[in-house]
Amino acid sequence: MTGMSGGGPGAALQRAAQAVEDVLAALGGGGRGVVVDSPPGAGKSALAVRAAATLADAGEPVMLVAQTNEQVDDLAGRLASSRPDLAVGRLSGGDYVPSARVARHASVTVSTSVPDLAHCPVIAGTAAKWATLRGEQRWPWAIVDEAYQMRSDMLLRVAGRFDAGLFVGDPGQLDPFSTVETGRWLGLTWDPTQSAVPVLLRHNPDLPVHQLPVSWRLPPAAATVVAGAFYPFEPFQAGTAPGQRRLELTTAGFAGGPADEAIELAAGTGWALYELPARHTLRTDAEAVTACAALAARVLERGVVACCEQAPDGAAVTAERIAIGTAHRDQARAVRQALQALRPGLDGITVDTANRLQGREFDLVIVLHPLSGRRDATAFHLEAGRLCVLTSRHRHACIVVARAGIPELLDAHPATEPVHLNVPAKFPDGWEANHAVLAHLRQWRVRAL
Amino acid sequence: MTTLTSLARARAAERGHAEPVCTVRHLHLSDRPLVFVPLTLAGEACAPLAAMIGDDPRAPRLLTVAQPRNRDQRFAFTAELAAAVIPYLEGFSAASETVLAGPGREERTRYCDAPQVLVPGPAAITFTRMLGRSTRFRRTDGPYPVPALVPLLGRWLTFLAEHTEIPGSCLLVAATDALSLHWATGQSPAEDLNLAALTGWISPPAGLTGSQAAAVAEDPLTWPPAGPATDPTFDNEVLAPLMEACDRAAVSGDEPAMRRARLALDQALRSQLIPAWELMWQAVGLLRSLPPGGHVAARWDADKDAFTFHAGHLRDGGPPQPRRDSAVAAARRLARLERLQASYGAQRAFDDPLVMAERRLAGEAFAGRVTAAEPGRVDRSGRRAVLRPRVTVETSDPVLAEEGSVVTSPARPAQEARIVSVSMPGGRPAQVVLELSKGMGRGLTAVAGSVPAPGEQVCYATFHDGYQPPPAFPEPDQTPWTHGGPLQPYVPSDEDAQEAWS
Repeated sequence: MTGMSGGGPGAALQRAAQAVEDVLAALGGGGRGVVVDSPPGAGKSALAVRAAATLADAGEPVMLVAQTNEQVDDLAGRLASSRPDLAVGRLSGGDYVPSARVARHASVTVSTSVPDLAHCPVIAGTAAKWATLRGEQRWPWAIVDEAYQMRSDMLLRVAGRFDAGLFVGDPGQLDPFSTVETGRWLGLTWDPTQSAVPVLLRHNPDLPVHQLPVSWRLPPAAATVVAGAFYPFEPFQAGTAPGQRRLELTTAGFAGGPADEAIELAAGTGWALYELPARHTLRTDAEAVTACAALAARVLERGVVACCEQAPDGAAVTAERIAIGTAHRDQARAVRQALQALRPGLDGITVDTANRLQGREFDLVIVLHPLSGRRDATAFHLEAGRLCVLTSRHRHACIVVARAGIPELLDAHPATEPVHLNVPAKFPDGWEANHAVLAHLRQWRVRAL
Repeated sequence: MTTLTSLARARAAERGHAEPVCTVRHLHLSDRPLVFVPLTLAGEACAPLAAMIGDDPRAPRLLTVAQPRNRDQRFAFTAELAAAVIPYLEGFSAASETVLAGPGREERTRYCDAPQVLVPGPAAITFTRMLGRSTRFRRTDGPYPVPALVPLLGRWLTFLAEHTEIPGSCLLVAATDALSLHWATGQSPAEDLNLAALTGWISPPAGLTGSQAAAVAEDPLTWPPAGPATDPTFDNEVLAPLMEACDRAAVSGDEPAMRRARLALDQALRSQLIPAWELMWQAVGLLRSLPPGGHVAARWDADKDAFTFHAGHLRDGGPPQPRRDSAVAAARRLARLERLQASYGAQRAFDDPLVMAERRLAGEAFAGRVTAAEPGRVDRSGRRAVLRPRVTVETSDPVLAEEGSVVTSPARPAQEARIVSVSMPGGRPAQVVLELSKGMGRGLTAVAGSVPAPGEQVCYATFHDGYQPPPAFPEPDQTPWTHGGPLQPYVPSDEDAQEAWS
């Protein structure tokens, strides 16, 4: 990482631009595909949009594949904004209602069938929709966004449609999962429960893999920690300089309780660990849930203003700019109920699980630590991607709510997953990543009373 | 572990006997199951030592191997096992029935019943799979020939073991799995793998509590492990000397000594197997005491289809199951398993209010009372007027389902209910407004009883058990470049019998 720390935002900008140029040049290299690994908030979707426009300009029809309708709308909307002259097709399912982002562009045609979109050099749709196409039609290029969240069996269903592909994704986030637990395909290079990119790379080991080196979302205080814990082999740096992102509190916290202390610490340093006394609890730990809701409400009460490169004079951190992330759905539900019970007007705060927060961005994120209050550390709770998603959604600050004793819990539960033949070791190791994040958070600890 | 099973386990620990977590039996039980209790030799991969097998509780058949490290004796044992298993399996192909076409299926003929093999625990299923893998590719001619029934048994065992991956399938069932599906004990799930302890919790002998019975079951002298692994002390102190005696007699060629040694070995192994044999039939009795769930018969029909298909495949001279799935076969199988998993979960919840209670606690379903109904509501906004009754359900369950999502009632599975609004005035209870479609007859008046009336208790779930067409995958010879390119057709060869590390 030492090699990455040199240079300010100007150098970062240059390095990021160079990385994008390299990817675009690789598309013209005549290979079967290009893989781009991107850390959180490194301009992955911008790259996908730019590559689509570049290929379309070169006369190559492109199929744009993303995993959810939300992501497809985002890509189609961005493409139409940046290139109003380009006809964009939005291939959709029967019950899809175009979102405002898509509907406001005259250049976007929405249809459930490809023949209606024949005039569009770029057609965007979810992988699930592309997989239902009949007939023999093929495209010279596909651009697959969030490719690490795609399961290999989904890639198998759509891969027959394109000759070459650009696969863009974040390797540090949560792997796709299956509701079926079986060891039947362990060690097979085409294991259908695996993520699409590792399967693709195992069958095509000579595909070029590029990296985006700069995160525009994470502030410097977060980029170092997240890169160190979750991207040990793909270091990246923040696109902003220390001090460029600031949180200012417009009111004073007269009571001066631990919640205020945590918020002030997070505003100043970008991190805070709000630590509750050690206790074994149910998943929906009432105290931790209340603490999450109370912290979020307190942030709004304190009138936090965020200053950054986009808004140097500051913009108020409203409910829409705050998220609370959990590991389980029932925890998210409990937090939502706690917010409702606290006072009206907190509905705007996003409360969701790590899986559903993937790809989203907020000013301030409050995390209910996946291991808080647990007696054991299972593979689910140790998964590096889960903690990575939760601690890399914020532009300014992240407050982690946890019960004391997680390092001891980790030490009592070393990873015991069996090692299988022909299964490549996965990095980073969740156990180690959890320890790394906690070791960092320990310096920003506030004890709740 | 869900909140409800955690509670049931805590209660079981407190009260000293197992707590039921189901009101009905979620698996099919054959009238004539084949109980199979295998034992292996410690320290050898998949070396059969003994087996007790049979479909009559009073007439167990004991098969033993004097020296499991001897390959010839191993295959002789497998041949004997085949002679016990295959007639049982093939006995079910005597009578057939005709099944009319359904969604996604054509009209077909299938056998009226299918075999059911019961083993003590999941480790025995693994053993079955391994024994199948080590025998199904064996040749009956050439350098190391085996008896003709051996590869056939291997293919049947592979079929049975692979079929256990299918959720709700009952062709091969582990007794501990079946029991812990229906009862929660006051011990950990790992301890539930001990069949003696588990049955002790569920039905303790007179004068003992469940926890006491489970403690007694920990003594391997009274309750030898139900296999496939044997008790290490038995191995050291009983089995090793007896096996040595057999070896000595074999070397010296002393026939009477050999007979004596075999007899002693058989008796020792019988003493290890008889307790598990009796427990197996006790487990069958415990499970029979529960009434079957509503969807059990339909799932058994699917098992009958699978059995019929495999029997036909063998009869037509099809190749043995390949060692590993191709990319397309794996993806197809995963899609099928995921579909069946969802459907099994829904069926269990629809059959059993206790299972539904777990899903309600997780916010996946809600139950309550109908407080208002508009059975005659007609939607005239579209091209043609359609009947769209609305009902309001008051529930104190947590409702996670979002507006616009479709929910299904177990009482009216063919009916679709779309959530119009969820309001929680001051918290609980929530008022959920539902708009109904389908399942109300033709025309603009609902058939009597098809729309829930005010006061009726209803339950709605976010999951359902409807038919979904299987997803489309490329043909194996069209496997794309991302997954290794087109597949070469499978040709069985002698190499198949080799393991990757051998």
